[in-house]
Formats: sequence, structure tokens, C-alpha cells
Amino acid sequence: MSPERRREILRNAAGIGVAVGAYALSFGALSVAAGLTPLQTMVLSLVMFTGGSQFALVLVLGQGGSWPAAAGSAIMLGSRNLFYGPRVAELLDRPRGWRRLLTAQVTIDETTAMALGQEERAAARLAFWATAVSAYSLWNLGTLVGALGAALLPDPKALGLDAAAPAAFLALLAPRLRGREPWLVALAAAAVALALVPVVPAGVPVIVAALAAVAAGLRGKPVDP
Amino acid sequence: MIIWLAIIVGTVTCYLFKLAGLSIPERLLDNPRIRRIAALLPVALLAALTAIQTVATGSRLVIDARLAGVAAGAVALLLRAPFLVVVAVAAGTAALIRLL
Repeated sequence: MSPERRREILRNAAGIGVAVGAYALSFGALSVAAGLTPLQTMVLSLVMFTGGSQFALVLVLGQGGSWPAAAGSAIMLGSRNLFYGPRVAELLDRPRGWRRLLTAQVTIDETTAMALGQEERAAARLAFWATAVSAYSLWNLGTLVGALGAALLPDPKALGLDAAAPAAFLALLAPRLRGREPWLVALAAAAVALALVPVVPAGVPVIVAALAAVAAGLRGKPVDP
Repeated sequence: MIIWLAIIVGTVTCYLFKLAGLSIPERLLDNPRIRRIAALLPVALLAALTAIQTVATGSRLVIDARLAGVAAGAVALLLRAPFLVVVAVAAGTAALIRLL
């Protein structure tokens, strides 16, 4: 790997860290606005360390959802990390023992994408770990600042934080809406979820909508909300 | 207590997914149907979460400043604004409407 390539990887990893840190600011603030303590919020970022799942968990709880609904939403979103494992294991020469335990903790969207984007194996390894370090440190720093900042606010609603939450989900969703099928699934899931809101406990509509939309998508029939 | 239960169950399971991915043979996941579920599940979940957070309050559907905030955030997304700008535009718009 050339020194230029090395520098470029480190620069990109730092850039991803900054973006992740900004995202973490909003997570920390929204989590506290949803009713979690700064400690609970930090445990999520330090240990769960997978952004979409963390957002889902705190926002389902914030809507008054039960713990199985909150954990279930987080688990379903987190299941995508399972699919990154085989490629990451191969690029990192199948880590064993404590190395595998550590690698698992940082196998997320950003690290996997950076590692898969490299042509050489040594570059992939550097990209994975440099992104892991920058994303993990800035994700937790951002969460801490956001959580402590929001804990000082008298009324999160006055700042429009309750509108920031769905906007954050929309920003995560937008890059996945390429093509007709994801659009249909997204619209069906939204419609099913809204239709269920008045009739089932909080948190459940999200899970049912997701399962229904995926089942419909799997059968390849037109998705009908 | 309910919050800690959600945190512990969610966190442990999310970690086990990450660990399982590194540990199982690739061919177990190399099934077109499983791959499709993996691609569509986040889309469906994020869409449902966006919709609910925009117009649901508890078990009621309520149109309020959040909808305008999310719409403004969507415009920011179309203009390719970075994540934090999208979130700030949405929050700012909702806050402004409540002030008026």
C-alpha cells in the first residue's frame, strides 16, 4: 500500500468519524428527550454501538412502547450487521478469540463499507480499524455532548426535537430508496404502521409493518397497503 | 426498569448478531431470499418509524408542527444537505411554527 493510499484511507476514516459524531449529537439529545437518562444513553452508545437500532430503541420507548417492542425494533434493525460478518471475517483473516469479540463490536455499516471499498487486503484492514476507532470515539463523544446538552434543556419540544427524530429516520431511509421495490415497501410499511397506531399498543405497529412489508416484498406481488 | 430491560435485551442481541456474522460459514447467509429480507427489512422499519414519529402521539394520529418539520427536512435531503443539517432544519421549522 502506497503512503498516498494510506493517507487517503486515514483521511476518509476521519471524515466518517466526524459525520458519525454529528449524528451522535442528535442521538444523545433525542434519547434524553425521549426519557432516557444520560447514563442509559451512554450505555447504548458504548455497548450497542449501532446507530439505527439505538434510535429505534429510544424512540419506541419515548412513544410509550413496551420493552419487547423497543428491543424488538432495535434487534430487527441490528440484524443487518449479521450479513456484514462473513465479508469482514474474510478480509480480516478470520479473527479468533478476543480479536473476534472486539471485531464484532465494531462490525457496522461504516466500517464494513470502508473495508469493502479497498482493493488490497492490507488497505482493507487499515480502513476497517481506522474507521472503527474514529467512529467509535466520535460516536460516544457526540452522544455524551448531545445527552448532557439536552438534559439541560427545559422543554425539548420547544426546540422541535420531536420533529428531529423522524427527520433522522428519513435521512437514514433516503439512501436506501433506489428503485421501485424499496419505495413500495417503504410506503406499505408506513401505511400499515399508521393504520395500526390507534388499535395496538405503542411500538407494535412498527414491528408488524416491517414484517408485513417484507413478507409482501418476498412474494414479489404488488404491495398493497 | 423497563428502559434497562429494553437496553440489555436489545444490546446483547445486537452484539450476538455481529458475532454470529463473523463466526458462521458464509454459505448459510448466501440465500437469495435471506438477502432480500436483509435489504428490505431496514427500509420497512425506517419508513414505519418515520411515519409514526411524524404523526403519532401515543395511540392517536395527530397532525402538528412535526409534519411541517419533517417536510422541511425532506426538502433539505433532496438538496443533498448533510445529516445534521437535515435534522436541524426539521427541528428549527417545527420550533418556529410553535413560536408563531
